[in-house]
Amino acid sequence: MIFTRTLLRRHSVLPGFDLALGFALLYLSLIVLVPLSAAFLKTATLSWGQFLEATTTPRVLASYRLTFGASLLAAMLNAVFGLIVAWVLVRYDFPFKRLVDALVDLPFALPTAVAGIALTAIWAQNGWLGQWLPFKVSFTPLGVWVALVFIGLPFVVRTVQPVLEDVNQELEEAAATLGASRWQAFWHVILPVVSPALLTGFALAFARALGEYGSVIFIAGNMPMISEITPLIIISKLEQYDYAGATAVAVVMLVVSFALLLMINSLQAWARKRQGML
Amino acid sequence: MAALMPLTAAQAAGVTLLNVSYDVSREFYKDFNAAFAAHWKKTAGEDLTLNQSHGGSSKQARSVADGLEADVITMNQHNDIDILAERAKLIPADWAQRLPNHSAPTTSISVILVRKGNPKAIRDWSDLGRPGVSVIIPNPKTSGNGRYTYLAAWGAGVQAGLSPEAARALVTRIFANVPVLDGGGRGATTTFAQRNLGDALVTFESEAPLISKEFGDQFEVVYPSRTILAENPVSLVDQVVDKKGTRRQAEAYLKYLYSPEGQEIAAKHHLRPRDAKVLAKYAKAFPKVATFTVDQVFGGWAQAQKTHFNDGATYDQVIATAKR
Repeated sequence: MIFTRTLLRRHSVLPGFDLALGFALLYLSLIVLVPLSAAFLKTATLSWGQFLEATTTPRVLASYRLTFGASLLAAMLNAVFGLIVAWVLVRYDFPFKRLVDALVDLPFALPTAVAGIALTAIWAQNGWLGQWLPFKVSFTPLGVWVALVFIGLPFVVRTVQPVLEDVNQELEEAAATLGASRWQAFWHVILPVVSPALLTGFALAFARALGEYGSVIFIAGNMPMISEITPLIIISKLEQYDYAGATAVAVVMLVVSFALLLMINSLQAWARKRQGML
Repeated sequence: MAALMPLTAAQAAGVTLLNVSYDVSREFYKDFNAAFAAHWKKTAGEDLTLNQSHGGSSKQARSVADGLEADVITMNQHNDIDILAERAKLIPADWAQRLPNHSAPTTSISVILVRKGNPKAIRDWSDLGRPGVSVIIPNPKTSGNGRYTYLAAWGAGVQAGLSPEAARALVTRIFANVPVLDGGGRGATTTFAQRNLGDALVTFESEAPLISKEFGDQFEVVYPSRTILAENPVSLVDQVVDKKGTRRQAEAYLKYLYSPEGQEIAAKHHLRPRDAKVLAKYAKAFPKVATFTVDQVFGGWAQAQKTHFNDGATYDQVIATAKR
């Protein structure tokens, strides 16, 4: 009892800790836990066999591969280029920098359907960009990936940017005077500092891509086994008034996403700890 | 206090009815509501406020089943209203018997839209299954329009004397020629008309004039030898009208759909009227085609949904074969 008290009170320098904790838990329960447990309860109306049948048909499995695969690849690309964009925005001065800075947020604000329609039009075979390519982008899995890259970019830039701003430039100079090449300075000095933020950005972009429906649905082509994303499978099941089947697939997505996010978060905690030890 | 003001204003203006409908009926009901409000004012002396809500049909039906207080529901497929009887018990199971013509005051048919001059010489469903023809159809899993297309091709085959296996093979060939499955009818239209994809688009007859109006005179309508009659059923929502005390108004609203005035407004919006006189007047816009209903060929929507569109049913098997 005394142990838990001290554990809970350890950080409370400011007053009102209990109140804040209570409020935070209540708020999280209302906003996150209650709706999610509704999904689990609805799924519980299925027997184990029905659950497997709803969530493991070849078509559903193909949609998991596309959704998780394309989301992962999109988040990875965003991690690389988002870091570069953030770097440029922090370290360089150029005309219209504020405008470019604001542009980064556009994928946040744009209704996803608008983004989807615009991307489809540009990458279609008679579109601005699509007509110059020897292969198809719109209406293929590649199109899905393009849409997910678009919506994920701001997550990486906006999480990395403030951290980069805080990186002390003297550290790099010190590394240089100690004989480090530019690459070594980046690899051993800068990257360890930004990597926890980069991982967070990656995780956010990844999570967002997993759930994305609005923009992808226009560009995907939605061919079963080829370009059907899991959220579309869920919607299809709802169209058949198969609530339980829809929530069953949703639960699978939730559990897998949660496991992946938990993994990324622990990786990030580990990176932060390692950075602290250095 | 200020928040309550509009409510009291609405009450002073009389009764409010909400019509929950499918996506593409927006323009029709806008005109129809204005006509009915005037008619009701004249005959009953009461001011009516008529609200409409539109969206994907199953989504709309789900909202009503989940508690959206619709006085009337107007759909383009019977099973989207059946759901209110089966799941939510908002209406009696025999709701479709309450009004004439299976409670469907208007209809449309599935037709084939081709590019000007019909370069691929598409005349009938079987032509859509030819190698080298590309056809745009909305996703039957998410769109009533897509389900009607699938059933139209299948049913036309059966009516022409094909065995079920041969009809299924025809539908498989057609779906093998589909490069994109859009979520809904309007999305498929964009793919066909704007992205220039496909040699043919299958959609409702009522949509064809709108497409020409929007994209210019680039297309031709092909009437297949036989096609499906898409019935647009309507019902009042008993639980809601009894609670709100609007049964009288809601009944009159639905009956007015069958009146010559209501039928004429429908015809102007390219929906086939049931009234023979109005149909004769607009005969030019609605060529005579041999049609069949879902009930005639597939034993009703509930049965069609079960054998064809549920997970693992015929459509899933067809698409799996088609994409191999």
